[in-house]
Amino acid sequence: MTVRNAKHATFTIERVYPASPARVFAAWSSKEAKTAWAYCHPEWPVSDHVFDFREGGREHLVTGPAGGTRHVFDAVFHDIVPDQRIVYAYDMHLDERRISISLATLEFFAVAGGTRLVLTEQGVFLDGYDDIAGREEGTRIGLDNLERQLKQQRAA
Amino acid sequence: MLNYQAAPLDLAFQALADPTRRLMVERLSRGPASVSELAQPLEMTLSAVVQHLAVLEASGLVRSEKVGRVRTCRIEPTALHSAERWISERRASWERRLDRLGTFLADTDPTSEPRRRK
Repeated sequence: MTVRNAKHATFTIERVYPASPARVFAAWSSKEAKTAWAYCHPEWPVSDHVFDFREGGREHLVTGPAGGTRHVFDAVFHDIVPDQRIVYAYDMHLDERRISISLATLEFFAVAGGTRLVLTEQGVFLDGYDDIAGREEGTRIGLDNLERQLKQQRAA
Repeated sequence: MLNYQAAPLDLAFQALADPTRRLMVERLSRGPASVSELAQPLEMTLSAVVQHLAVLEASGLVRSEKVGRVRTCRIEPTALHSAERWISERRASWERRLDRLGTFLADTDPTSEPRRRK
């Protein structure tokens, strides 16, 4: 039986890039540019990708390890201010399970020598993640991610 | 900031920082095992294995129970599967993506000298 829970979280990540706000914004606003860097696992095949970058437009991406769990991303762009701001809402499914619904806000600020990008994600994270594909696979995914985070902690 | 308490995750990170304990968790991820079964592939004394087990139990990653003379260990999936883990994975995923964006911007910089490009 699935234990139902809904956890809310907000986090903010900032980066300063030595590039103009127009160039940083452009990396988010075309399918070609975003595909070059934005997806978590570049080695996973993409079976479906819609990218309609306008207010009210949507992005839909289906990917995942070959033969494994399908990762489905669905977003609606709500607010687009060229070179300054993008706000979109998205949900994530693993196969049929909805695991999160989020609001992502990207703010682009011109600073000396480049752009400060501020990402804020506000989300509700659902029970679907707890029993995605059995205990063993879930544990391995968890361990892999823990190990990656440990490496990042050491590198930081 | 994430609005969850960091302490349980810190304990899990500490527990998994050790390669022996990672082996033990990997073994238990395939199913429950007795302490001697856990110790069997490891080149160390049983008491050292018991100490590692104590760290894993304190972190919440592993539970054990003694029935008769046999202590059986099993993975505690909630420690790894909780929503908090998922949230911290999401954040880590964003961190990696924004790093890749930095690389992408550097690689496509129209003002950089060609020799500085990848």
